[in-house]
This record gives sequence, structure tokens and C-alpha cells, in this order.
Amino acid sequence: MNFKMMGRFLAQILSIEGIFLIPALIISLYCGEAMAVQGFLWTLAVILVLVLFLGIISRGAPSAFYAKEGLVCVGASWIVLSAVGCLPFWISREIPSYVDAFFEIVSGFTTTGASIVPSVEDLSKGILYWRSFSHWLGGMGVLVFLLAFTGGKGQGFTMHLLRAESPGPSVGKLVPKMRTTAAILYIIYVVMTILNVVFLLLGDMPLFDAVCTALGTAGTGGFGIKNDSMASYSPYLQNVTTVFMILFGVNFSCYYLLLIRQWKSVITDEEVRTYFGIILGSILLIIWNTRGLYGTLEETIRHTAFQVGSIITTTGYATVDFDLWPSFSKTILLCLMVVGACAGSTGGGLKIARLLLLLKSARRNIRRMLNPRRIEVVRNNGAAVNEQVLDNTNAYLSAYVVIIFLVFLIISLDGFSVGTNFSAVLCTFNNIGPGLEAVGPTCNFSQFSDLSKLVLSWAMLAGRLEIFPMLILFSRSTWKSH
Amino acid sequence: MNIIIAGDGKIGSMLTRQLSSEGHDITVIDSNSKVLDATVERFDVIAVHGNCASMDVLLQAGVKDADLLIAATSEDEVNLLCCTTAHALNPKLHTIGRIRNPEYTEQIYKMRNVFGLSMVINPENQTAVEIDRLLKYPGFLRRDTFAKGSTEIVELQVKPGSKLCNVRLMDLRSIVNCQVLVCAVLREGNAIAPKGDFVLREGDRVFFTALSQNLTTLLKNLDILTRRVRHVTICGGGRISYYLAGRLKKSGISVRIIEKNYNRCRELCELLPDADIIHGDISDQDLLESDILAGSDAVVTMTGMDEMNIIVSMYAVSKGVNQVITKISHSGNRNLINSMSLGSLVCPRDLVCNNIVRYVRAMENQTGAAISVHAIADGQVEALEFLVDEHTRNVGKPLKEIKLKPDVLLVGIAHGASTEIPNGNSVFQQGDTVVIVDTNKREIIRQLNDIFA
Repeated sequence: MNFKMMGRFLAQILSIEGIFLIPALIISLYCGEAMAVQGFLWTLAVILVLVLFLGIISRGAPSAFYAKEGLVCVGASWIVLSAVGCLPFWISREIPSYVDAFFEIVSGFTTTGASIVPSVEDLSKGILYWRSFSHWLGGMGVLVFLLAFTGGKGQGFTMHLLRAESPGPSVGKLVPKMRTTAAILYIIYVVMTILNVVFLLLGDMPLFDAVCTALGTAGTGGFGIKNDSMASYSPYLQNVTTVFMILFGVNFSCYYLLLIRQWKSVITDEEVRTYFGIILGSILLIIWNTRGLYGTLEETIRHTAFQVGSIITTTGYATVDFDLWPSFSKTILLCLMVVGACAGSTGGGLKIARLLLLLKSARRNIRRMLNPRRIEVVRNNGAAVNEQVLDNTNAYLSAYVVIIFLVFLIISLDGFSVGTNFSAVLCTFNNIGPGLEAVGPTCNFSQFSDLSKLVLSWAMLAGRLEIFPMLILFSRSTWKSH
Repeated sequence: MNIIIAGDGKIGSMLTRQLSSEGHDITVIDSNSKVLDATVERFDVIAVHGNCASMDVLLQAGVKDADLLIAATSEDEVNLLCCTTAHALNPKLHTIGRIRNPEYTEQIYKMRNVFGLSMVINPENQTAVEIDRLLKYPGFLRRDTFAKGSTEIVELQVKPGSKLCNVRLMDLRSIVNCQVLVCAVLREGNAIAPKGDFVLREGDRVFFTALSQNLTTLLKNLDILTRRVRHVTICGGGRISYYLAGRLKKSGISVRIIEKNYNRCRELCELLPDADIIHGDISDQDLLESDILAGSDAVVTMTGMDEMNIIVSMYAVSKGVNQVITKISHSGNRNLINSMSLGSLVCPRDLVCNNIVRYVRAMENQTGAAISVHAIADGQVEALEFLVDEHTRNVGKPLKEIKLKPDVLLVGIAHGASTEIPNGNSVFQQGDTVVIVDTNKREIIRQLNDIFA
């Protein structure tokens, strides 16, 4: 294990975090929030000390860097990023407990949006901005950001970093160079976020609200800056947010294909079609199920579309308390939590691409039972899928299910209802945010014990990083030298 | 540049390593997805799975935006079809195809334009040319030519009892009596850029820069035998042996080829009426003594098995054969191989890669990149040739006033027809070509101005 090189890597990640803390500091200074300013300054000091320390110990690092180091780096850097990123909350005393602050920032970076803050309107502006910005940075991934700027020196291991941070069963590059690929992804991301801000501003949303909402939408995060999330905004603003949430749940390589004018491959893409099909189907079913709940059809459609878009993209904003919906509608939302958004988007969940592969390979296995000599390949967009990818997808599903039940078991120690616990696990592990019952859209996670909060934080990280980097970090064979 | 490499085999993967480290955008095509997975893990490149001669696959690999396509699959016909198709899809594309079958040589040369080929690579023929060059000057382990053949970098090993043992480099001139410059020394597997007070030791591999006309003087003054090679034994009757025998025959050298496949022996007999063809297995001790070593000035081991080549070469060296040349196909274990005394080593793959890299750099030459590039000293040192143009700094200044980067040496200046091995008072002018040697592999020298500190 090349610890020196990993030290250098962590130092780079921390420097990026430090740079991104500066806008939050400026906002706090502008608004005259003394405690928050103190929090940001101390955090920057801690980052400076850590970067210098890591810089000194990692001098003369050998350049050998392989898959193992790459995967460990991914897990370690996200934990360090969170452990340091939560300091402003804690030092400013706006979130008095460190575990709570850690939970909050993990929820931010993993774009979950599950909060332990009872009343977000009491938080200072700088802190609110940092919370929302953590979604944006975590959405596309801080390592991808690093790759876009340093290029990872052209070594092959950068594939592991990209693979760990951009979700999906088979991650590929858009262009030959990793650095260009990462830069293209970030450019698309930035442009779409700016568009979102502009559309929100056109609806007379205050600038600060518009920026924070757009950051949360882009990362498919879901931290609101109002206690009632998006409920008090105008129907136009809610609809804009619905559209952008759904757009950020689409595979970003589709936008690249649109840019290079390959319309056809986007329109015929199976995953994109399924994604929009599921959204449409869920909206129709819920409209039918919740008929009569709201005054007008417009209102029903607006709320349904918003909630469906928010849950399937794993954003987690809310315009109504969907915990009051009929059971069938709630169950649809619970299913959407598991399905998640497209691979290669900023959303979480199991991913539609993976779901399609699992269904197709299940169908193949059934056919093979009927006719054992039958040879069949699983196809995606007409091309045969590598068996290795199918194996990995199956392994992913097993790990996914096992983790859900383990976390479910641990947090049930706190004594809440089964519905609360189960939805809490699903909505943290799939990076959604609000669940049902005691963790519903109008409630929050503050009532859980510290142990549960840490376990749920781990689940959020595992969900964001596609499970394996977090498992590898806690596997004994990783740390053994031979 | 956007480069497509079709065929991810021995040559393909070596090119991928070299060209991606030089910052090009590489797309690799292969029909074996396992190989591709490994390549994508190791290098910063993109992979396309499929048959490289099919239009769909080529389009998917972005042939329309590519600058260069290198077809290096194992099949000549596939390479040819790949280049032709790609060229039809994008007429601005440069194509390099590997064509090995001697039967095609002539038609490929004559019909290059029809096939859309910019350059043909024949590893076997290139290897034969290289061996032929080495046999011209027995004693040198390796020769690299610069400045249109007027300057060479040659490799010599300091043998026990050699005149070079324990000589300080500043005293070298009095021994060799001609203009030479030691540009690199390989000692215990590490390349060193030597200073004037560096002392040569037994076992060092020394790289001299010398004018081509002085090579004979150099060898003579070092008491290294320069008797012309007259009888060469080639072990193994593959394609390289065929090309080599043809070349040697032209320079009046008698050739004996040992081959264990009887039918191949018959074929060679028909193709090479002047050569002695012997049917036998070179691992046979009697054959080794009676037919290989007896009466040969030089032994060239060219069988398909590296292990066999190594063993026979070691035996030949130990029996005191003047010149031994060993072909190594897998250059992976260089450190191990270099620790054995095998005479000169020739690796077809390295030769081809150097050639293609040279072509790529020449394509970039509009931007002042190197005219030619040679990797020497087991790839640890690069020798590059640059044209001095109007952007070059320090033109007309004596070398002693110019500060170069550490580990960089300026070892040759060609002013038009006359070439010199430079000293402190030498100057270079616009239009000259200069040869520099770079021992620091961490930084790639892209332009001549990169050598100045």
C-alpha cells in the first residue's frame, strides 16, 4: 500500500474543499454572521495544517499506484472530506453535536438531503450555502473535479476513481483522455446549474434562494432552505424544479451525445426511455390514487410530478407531506426510491441501467431453465453485454440487499416503528432524504441515537460510492501487506 | 493528436504506452475484450471492441476526427483492409499498416496510394536491416543514426582488460584519437549522464556519439577487432532469417541457416539458392559444435523461442565467437536479460515502436517537435534530433555560455553537409540540426527550447 501517495492525494482533495469554503466564508462575512465566520476560518486553518502535514509526510512518494490504492483513496477521501467539511457547523455551534454535524455534511456530500436540523430557517446564510453547495460538489464528485484539473497524470488508475464516483454498471469515458472527460462532465454540469438558477430567477425567487435551490437540484441533493422545503414557493418555481430534477437524473453522457449531435442514440437509449416511462407511469398511477385529495387537477398533477421527480432522482425536495397520501401511492414512492435515477447522473439508488440488466439476465435464466442448451446474450441498446458486467451487477445487488437489512437491524435498536426504520434505511442508502412516518418530509433524523446516525452516515457513503469502496475500506485483506 | 491503434497485441500495447504518455488521445480497437479491459485499466485511453476492418467499428472509434491510424493486428489482410477503409472514410487520415508477408512487399509498395497507406511497417525486414547494420561493424552492440547518417550513437561494453577500463572521460580523447563524446553510461542497470571526471569501469555499457566516418578509427584505437564478418550462422529459418540472408548475400557474406522444420528447409532452399540450409535442432549439442560454432565469425539466434536464443547465444559467447546477435521477442525482463552476456540484443517490437513514434513526432513537426527519436540504454535514455528554427533560443552562442537542464547533453551539430561533435566553443545556427541526449525520463522534451535551463 502506497500511503505516501495517498497522503498527497488527500492533501489535494482537502485543498479543493478549502477553496470551495471561501465563497461560504464571504457570504457569512457579507451577512455579518460572527459565529459562522469563526467556524469557516477555523476550518480553513485546520485544512491548511492538514495539507501542510500531509504535504510534508508525502514527500518523495513512489508513483506506484494501483487499483487497490485507487479504491481505498476514494473511500478515505470521502470520509476525510466529510470529517473536515462538518467542522463549520460544529465550530459555529449551529449544530452543537459533532455526530449530528457529521451526519448533516455526509448527507450533503452524498446528495441525500436527510437533515437533523429541526428548523433550517434558524441557520445562518453562510452555513445554509455550504450545506447546499456540498450537494453540488458531491453530486458530480470531488474526485472527478480533481481529475478535471490535474488529469491524474495520465495513469490508468484514474479509471477506478471515475468508476467509483460516477455511478452505474459499466462506466466508460467519453473521450480518450480522462482529464477531458472529467472537464466535459463538469462543464455540462455547471451550464445546466446556471440555467436552473436563471429559470428560478425569472420566477422572482430571491438570488440566494435560487442559488441554493439550484445547487440542491443539480446534485439531486434536497437540502431545503425553508422548513417546509419547496411548499411555499410559487407553482412556477415548483414546476421549474420538477423539470430540472428530472433532467439531472439523466445520464450525463446523453448530454454529451446531444452536444456532438448524435440525437438518435439518445432518443433510442433504453435506459432513458425506461426512465421517462417509469416517471410517466408513476405519475399517472398516483394521480389516479390521490384523486380528490387536492382541489384542482392542476394541483394534483403538479404535486404528483414534483414528488415523483424528487424521489426517483433521489433529490428529496417536497411540496406536500406525501406521508399523508394513500398507501398505494406511498408504496410506489418507496419502489422509486430503490429504482433511482439513470447511471452516470448525479442521482442515487440502484440505477435504472442496473435494474434493466438484472431483469434481462433473470429472463435469460428462466428461458435457460426451460431449454438448458439455449445460448443467449444479454443485450443493452442492441450490443451484447459483457458477462463480467452481469456478474458485477449481481454481486452489487447481493451486497445492496445485505447492507439494507444489516443497517435496518442496527437502527431498529432505537425502537421506532418498522415503517420508519425501513424507509429511513432506504432513503439514506439510496441518497434520497425524506422517508415515511417519523422520518417523513415534515420530520427529520434528529431523534435517532448517535450509533444509528453513524451507521446511517456510513450507509449514505456506501450508497453514493456504489458500495464497494466503503466495504473495501473495512475489509481486513485491504490492510494486510501480503 | 487523435490516434487510433487497431490491434492491442505486443506492438499495439507498447505503442499505447508510449504514445499515451506523450499526451496523445488514443483509441484502441481490438476484438478481444479481455485484453481491452486490461489496457483501459493501465493507460488513459478509450477502447472500442470489435473488428477494426469494419466500417461501423471504425466510425465508432472516431475515425472521422482521427489524425493517424496504426493497424497492427496479426493479420496482414485485416491491417490492409483497415487502412483502406479508414482512409476512404477520412481522406486526411495518415495510416500505418503492418504488412509482414514477403509476397506482398512489392505490390504494397507500388499500390500504396490505392490502399491508402502512408507507411508500411514490416518488423521482420526492419530487424534484418538492423542486424545487417550491426554485422557491418562487429564490436558495437547497437548503432543509432542521426543527421542523415552522418552521426551515430554506438554502444560498446567495457570488457575485462579493455583499454577503456578505469579511464577518466577527460582522458578519453588521447586514447581514441578522434572526436567522440560519451553521452550515457549504463552501470548496473542505471543510466548515468557522465561528467568529465567520470571513470569507466569493467562491465559498463558506454554510449558514444561519433561521426560515421570515425567509427573504424574508434574501434581500431580501442583494439577491438574489426575483421570483416565473412561467415554468418543464423539459427532459425523464419522471416527475419530470410530477409537477412538476402541482404548478407548482397554484401558477399556466406550464410548458413539452421532450421528444424524439414518443409521450411526445402522452402528456404528454393528461395535462397546461395545459402547453406541445414536441417537440425539447435538444442542438439553435436550440431551446435559442428555446424553452428565451427567456422562462423558471427552467430545470429532468430528462433521463435527467446529461451532457446538466449541459451545458444550464451554458449556462443562463451566459446569466443566474435559477434553474437540475439533476438528477443518479449523485452519484459530486460534487467534479467541484460545481466547475461548475449552479445547484441535485437527486439523487433522495440524497433517497430521506435519507428512509429518517430513518424508520429515527425507529423507533429510543424510545431517544432523532434525530427527523430531513438530510445537507447534499455529505454532509459532518449536521443532526439531537432531542427534549429527561428523560435530557437541561444542561436549563435558558444555552448559554454548556454545553461542546459541537468541530465541533458548536446552531442552533435550538423551544419548542412558538415557534422561536428561539439565542444565548448561550438555554436549552432538556424537551419542546423542538433542531436541531444536526455537521461531524465520524467520530463519529455517536446521542443528544442525545452533543453535550456
